[in-house]
Amino acid sequence: MPQYAALTYTADVDWTAPENAADMAAYGEFGSTHGESIRGGAALYPTATATTVRVRGARGGEVVLSDGPYAETKEALTGFYLIEAADLDEALRIAADIPAAWDGAVEVRPVIDFGG
Amino acid sequence: MSTAERQLAETIRTEGARILATLVRTVGDLHIAEDAVQEAAMRALRQWPVTGLPESPRAWLTVTARRAAIDFLRREGARTAKERAAVDLPLDDDTPEAVVHDDMLRLIFTCAHPALSLDAQVTLALRVLCGLTTTQIASVLLSSESAVAKRLTRTRAKISRAGIPYQVPSAAELPERLSAVCAVVYTLYTSAHSATAGPHLSDVDGCREAVRLARLVCALMPDEGAPMSVLSLLLLTEARRDARTDAGGHPIVLAEQNRALWDATAIDEGRRLLDASLRRSGGIADPYQLQAAIAASHAAAATYRDTDWAEIVRLYNLLIEVHPSSAARLARAVAVAEDSGTAAGLAALAELEPDQRWHTVCAELLARDGRYLEAIDEMTASLTDPGSVSDAEADHRQRQIAQWTRRVP
Repeated sequence: MPQYAALTYTADVDWTAPENAADMAAYGEFGSTHGESIRGGAALYPTATATTVRVRGARGGEVVLSDGPYAETKEALTGFYLIEAADLDEALRIAADIPAAWDGAVEVRPVIDFGG
Repeated sequence: MSTAERQLAETIRTEGARILATLVRTVGDLHIAEDAVQEAAMRALRQWPVTGLPESPRAWLTVTARRAAIDFLRREGARTAKERAAVDLPLDDDTPEAVVHDDMLRLIFTCAHPALSLDAQVTLALRVLCGLTTTQIASVLLSSESAVAKRLTRTRAKISRAGIPYQVPSAAELPERLSAVCAVVYTLYTSAHSATAGPHLSDVDGCREAVRLARLVCALMPDEGAPMSVLSLLLLTEARRDARTDAGGHPIVLAEQNRALWDATAIDEGRRLLDASLRRSGGIADPYQLQAAIAASHAAAATYRDTDWAEIVRLYNLLIEVHPSSAARLARAVAVAEDSGTAAGLAALAELEPDQRWHTVCAELLARDGRYLEAIDEMTASLTDPGSVSDAEADHRQRQIAQWTRRVP
């Protein structure tokens, strides 16, 4: 069955902060509702903890680090799920149940199957 | 292309969509199915004028397209079970009508899938539902061939990689998905409509393709009101087509159109469809029905003077309520001017954000009041962004300016 990455974009959030417990509970509910379709995923620390790595030129070139996320946007990548679904319609239905879709956005991308 | 050749090409395209719909399901690959049907169409266009029409053109095309699909699959090396199944495709036309019907619906809903952009939906519909070549699509959409080819490639890749399913939506999803189908048909018509005003000549008529598609959607879902209201709107708009431009392709405004040139048969059919769709929606009108009702109102007037402007203003008010657009607001201002006088029309205009269309409407109203100097200023302002106006339309505005200049005391 095809797999989809559901990338959650919301206001930058610290999932570990106690005031976000209610949000986390909503994600917990999503997890138990769609447990059979979820193949993986993670909640990410806020973008303030992000480091972006670039290697100048080619492989082995100078490693340039910048403090912060790849793109500075109002809504940030705050987590992702790996979802298994029969087709895009099913994947989109599941994605609409992710709390991030209610106050942010969820980008659904098909995952390449390398047949491995 | 002669009329006979054009008819032949149209038959092949109509049949092509049917054959494609079933082939996509059996082959499981849109691109291979498309190429196979195109190959069959090309062979028919080459052979039929020489050999004459086969006994059953449909069977001939079906078998030829299936053979071509099998060839393409073998060339690529049949990998999946679905592709192996396709290699065993029966080489006769025995698909039951009910199955073809469902396949056509699957194809239509795939083209109008909400995960695709409207541009992508319209381009794909022209390709797979109307059977147009990349060149023909480019001329209908006033786009370049390479841009169309690129968009088609991207769209096919998204459908197959993202896994957009080849199926008819569930009853719960149907209303929303159906409105996406209607939007594709309507957008196709309006895009083609502006293309007919351009300098490009095409061997296909995008507006007629849109009407054909609207008819197809109606025939496939005879119990749904939304496709009826779109077909009604298209027919009522299309009915005025011959009266809308002069021999030189210049636009003729509604007030000056020769109503004898309006297509009475299309108007009748459009009216009947409008009534039927309103009965289905319980009198709650959608934007297509309201626009159709406006067109029907114009059609009911024997002359421009006989127009029921109060009714038209009422319909525009409803339309702006359910579907606000600058075009509707401008048209409403014109109707207000006809109903309550130029001053009221100009007052309605003053509430709107000026764009190039706004300036032309304003100019026409001022000229009607004999305020030619101001009218010339407004019309000149409408021409400051010439890129957004067709050559014929720009020409028309220049002639208006010249005419008003002669009248300035």
